[in-house]
Amino acid sequence: MTEIKIGTKAAPVRFEGVSKIFGKDVVAVDSIDLHVAAGKLVTLLGPSGCGKTTTLRMIAGLEMASSGRIMIGDRDVTKLPATDRDVSMVFQSYALFPHMSVLENVMYGLTFSGFAKAEARTRALAGLDLVGLKGFDARLPSELSGGQQQRVAVARALVLEPQVLLFDEPLSNLDAKLRRQVREDIRAIQQDLGLTVVYVTHDQEEALAVSDEIVVMRNAAIAQIGTPRQLYDAPNDRFVADFIGEANLLSCQVVSVAGDMATIEIEGYRFTLPARGLGEGPATVAVRPSRLRIGTDDGIPATVSKATYVGVRMEYTLTGSFGQVFAVHDDVDAPLEPGREIHMGFAERGPVLLPE
Amino acid sequence: MRVASDTKTTHPVLIFWIAAGWVGFFLLPWYMVEDGLWSFRWLFDGYPFDEDYAPAAFLVGQGEKLWLAPLILPLVLPLIVVRRVKSDPLFARILIVAGALGFGWLIAQGFGIGIRGFNYDWLRALFGDLGDRQFGMGYGAMLCATSFLFLLTQGIAARGAINGDVFVVGAIGGIITIVTAFVFFPIAKMLFAAFVTEDGAYSIAVFFSKFFDDRLWGLGCLAGGRCGAAWNSLFLAIAVGFITTVLGLAFALVVTRSGFRYKRALRALTVLPIITPPFVIGLALILLFGLSGTVTQFVADLLGTQPTRWLYGLPGVLIAQTLAFTPIAFLVLIGVVEGVSPSMEEAAQTLRANKWDTFRTVSLPLMRPGLANAFLLGFIESMADFGNPLVLGGNFDVLSTEIFFAIVGAQYDQGRAAVLAMVLLFFTLSAFFLQRAWLGKKSYTTVTGKGDAGVHPLMPTGLSVPVLVVALGWALFTVIVYAMIIYGSVVELWGVDNSLTFKHYVTAFSLRIEEEGIRWTGAAWDSFWTTIMIAAIAAPLTAAVGLVTAYLLTRQSFAGKSAFEFGTMLSFAIPGTVIGVSYILAFNVPPIEITGTGVILVVSFIFRNMPVGVRAGIASMSQLDRSLDESSLTLGANSWQTFRRVILPLLRPAILAALVYSFVRAMTAISAVIFLVSAEYDMATSYIIGRVENNDYGLAIAYSTTLIFVMLAAVGLLQVLVGRVRIGRRTHHATEKTG
Repeated sequence: MTEIKIGTKAAPVRFEGVSKIFGKDVVAVDSIDLHVAAGKLVTLLGPSGCGKTTTLRMIAGLEMASSGRIMIGDRDVTKLPATDRDVSMVFQSYALFPHMSVLENVMYGLTFSGFAKAEARTRALAGLDLVGLKGFDARLPSELSGGQQQRVAVARALVLEPQVLLFDEPLSNLDAKLRRQVREDIRAIQQDLGLTVVYVTHDQEEALAVSDEIVVMRNAAIAQIGTPRQLYDAPNDRFVADFIGEANLLSCQVVSVAGDMATIEIEGYRFTLPARGLGEGPATVAVRPSRLRIGTDDGIPATVSKATYVGVRMEYTLTGSFGQVFAVHDDVDAPLEPGREIHMGFAERGPVLLPE
Repeated sequence: MRVASDTKTTHPVLIFWIAAGWVGFFLLPWYMVEDGLWSFRWLFDGYPFDEDYAPAAFLVGQGEKLWLAPLILPLVLPLIVVRRVKSDPLFARILIVAGALGFGWLIAQGFGIGIRGFNYDWLRALFGDLGDRQFGMGYGAMLCATSFLFLLTQGIAARGAINGDVFVVGAIGGIITIVTAFVFFPIAKMLFAAFVTEDGAYSIAVFFSKFFDDRLWGLGCLAGGRCGAAWNSLFLAIAVGFITTVLGLAFALVVTRSGFRYKRALRALTVLPIITPPFVIGLALILLFGLSGTVTQFVADLLGTQPTRWLYGLPGVLIAQTLAFTPIAFLVLIGVVEGVSPSMEEAAQTLRANKWDTFRTVSLPLMRPGLANAFLLGFIESMADFGNPLVLGGNFDVLSTEIFFAIVGAQYDQGRAAVLAMVLLFFTLSAFFLQRAWLGKKSYTTVTGKGDAGVHPLMPTGLSVPVLVVALGWALFTVIVYAMIIYGSVVELWGVDNSLTFKHYVTAFSLRIEEEGIRWTGAAWDSFWTTIMIAAIAAPLTAAVGLVTAYLLTRQSFAGKSAFEFGTMLSFAIPGTVIGVSYILAFNVPPIEITGTGVILVVSFIFRNMPVGVRAGIASMSQLDRSLDESSLTLGANSWQTFRRVILPLLRPAILAALVYSFVRAMTAISAVIFLVSAEYDMATSYIIGRVENNDYGLAIAYSTTLIFVMLAAVGLLQVLVGRVRIGRRTHHATEKTG
């Protein structure tokens, strides 16, 4: 018997002006353009109701686009039903068929793809092997743990060697410890096989950890597309800044622009950072908690209103006339007492200027 | 605070039940009062010394019914422990002894001494002739028995059973006692009746001669003759089960998996069997296809042939039962078909299965347990159905009607009725067991808490066309049949004189307003008000028994719980005719002598409809998180207070539903009722059947129509009060086509 290896036919996905309207006027997805390169893992990230799952289901063919064009590879699949698309999907609830054994579940798609029974079986066993479930083939899904069921669902989708593999919040039914393990497994398989994967989640940490590229969605539209680093370090607007990691948003005044650098002022504290196309006038600056410097000689006056020791660092809540900010500090040996008046400034790199 | 309850020496519940026992023994008439207790005529008619109305204490005091004297001991005994603490071992022991002694003695004397003195020869041999006799137990005896029962359960609780919970132990004891008395005892009595010879001895041979009767098991129909009732029933039930399942599935598929627009109208069909007295369909079919039926006449005119009586027999019963029970299958299957998780079907689609493959390999197998359930339900319903075979059966004998004729007919043969009932019970219980065994093992259709955002796919086209045609065709037929019922009620004489008239309504429901008030002069008012009254008394009792049982089953664990559950659900599988026969056999002699009263009707409704209350209760109670009770218990409430303050208020919709359904079912019931009605307590359904037997179709149909509208109003009121339960899934097939 020849060794069967699960391969891939990874293809890019392209959305051109795709909208999805439920009923008469519920716009779930509003004219989005999206390109997923072949062999990449792209995450759709956003709060619930933002349209990310609908977008995923339109790739699968489980929802039909109301308008626009969807391409997989160089084929226009806009009107094709799920059955006829070369896409497979791992469901949030796994959707394992309870009346079939693990092996029958994994073989299911293969029998409809024109494989002879013997070959379908060999491939299915290879798929189970790949996800580390060798020897579990005769069991029923109800006899597996949640994590094992999840891997059966992955194997079932993988063995079809789809052009695109879709994951709909695959980790949401797993406990925290397993979550990290499974997400690393998924990423490893994706990179080994060079699969095109579209992955939906609402957990920003999960998205940052697994993605080549993240698509942040808000209110049925795309808020920003970029690598995890880009989104974290240079968010486009307040929404993205706040959604990806935590950010303190402070109102500021751009007092001068020189070249591509701008100088801002908050309560007399001046700071220079990339202008990102903004001119003089009111603006917002986003500063990550770790990029706030506290206890500096000059800066914005603030009061420590809460100090929490969490082991590896101190967490502070600071209040002032700017409102409230959240800061972390590595120095746990000399913590600041609540009530203490201090000054705070920004780290050299990190703060991002956003439109108001 | 737990310690406090252990050490306190006042026990209000205990004192209450001791007092109740004393009231039963010293104040209330011990035996059944002829005119009913609530007329209070007995108060002025020689009470408390007249033998018929005297309380037990006065009887004993006058030197009569001396076998009641020993009951004084268990009545006095509990007084010893009133001042003791609960943890005192004597407390439990004395209560158990007193309760068991009192309850046991009451039962023993009740069965031992009847209307002819001693009931058993060995008692007579031992004590000589008694020279006295006694009739059925009355309220005094019942109250006494209840008191002894709850003294016993309090004793058992004090010994530490169910964590010493007085309420739970009492509820378990109470339910076991009444189910034993009103389900198992009559059935057992009926089984014995099958072995009784004409001169009252027991003999196996009698049973066999009746069992192997040709009218029961004959296979003459294979050779062009008539088959036995058992084969007829079995064949009919299998056919009805199969057809109703197929039709029910077709309806369910149309509603959940097609772009059909008027789904809500189809769903309304599910209400029909609830509000329709079972034989009404049969009546409507007679109007359409009977000898002078519209269709029969039309076809006969068209082809120039003689109208035939083809409807009477297997075809008519089969059509009527299919019409009547398809909505039940629909109701079961719609839950099953909706319950198949859409993501299963979507997963199949993303795995390259086309619509037909998905339906064949995923949807249908997942529905299989539901299909089996629907089949067995149709089977049981058909077996138990009495009204339609009675109206349409002709020469086609089935078990349920044969039982009736064995009791009511000229041949009056209790033994034969008992044997037939046993065969019928065997069939329905087998189906019931099969159903439980099958569904216990696999049910795939659970709405989990996990997110299921999907939409059920549409049926494959090759399937949807025939399904739609069948479902809509049958729905149209159902509508025509119901239209016939309404039309038939306002026609002078069907098929002969088709002029419109309200005379049937006038005959049934006329009333005159006179000086003294309203005079209900219509022929139907008596049975109508009796029905409403009996149903209204039975409904809250049914709901109460059902909900307490459901509480015990979902919230408590105790030894023998599964046997307990089985016993309470069993009456679901016992056909009404069997209940009817067993009740007359069991309750026309002391100790419980209630044949011919309204009480026997109320009791039969409670135990016929109890499973409905239990199911409703279980369904909604399992949705209430246990932590609610637990928090109430940790806050110091006992289980009775928890049940009353936390669970009952949250169950208000379930209570309302149980109330309305038991009310409506009591109004439509016929199979058990027809054995139990009396001149004084006639029910609407048996009155209508009586009209049908006199060929007075106009009145029968007008009355049925009225009942349907009364019950429609009741169910409608319920819908408004409770509101609709929704599963949060989108259904927007229509919009998908716009893409």
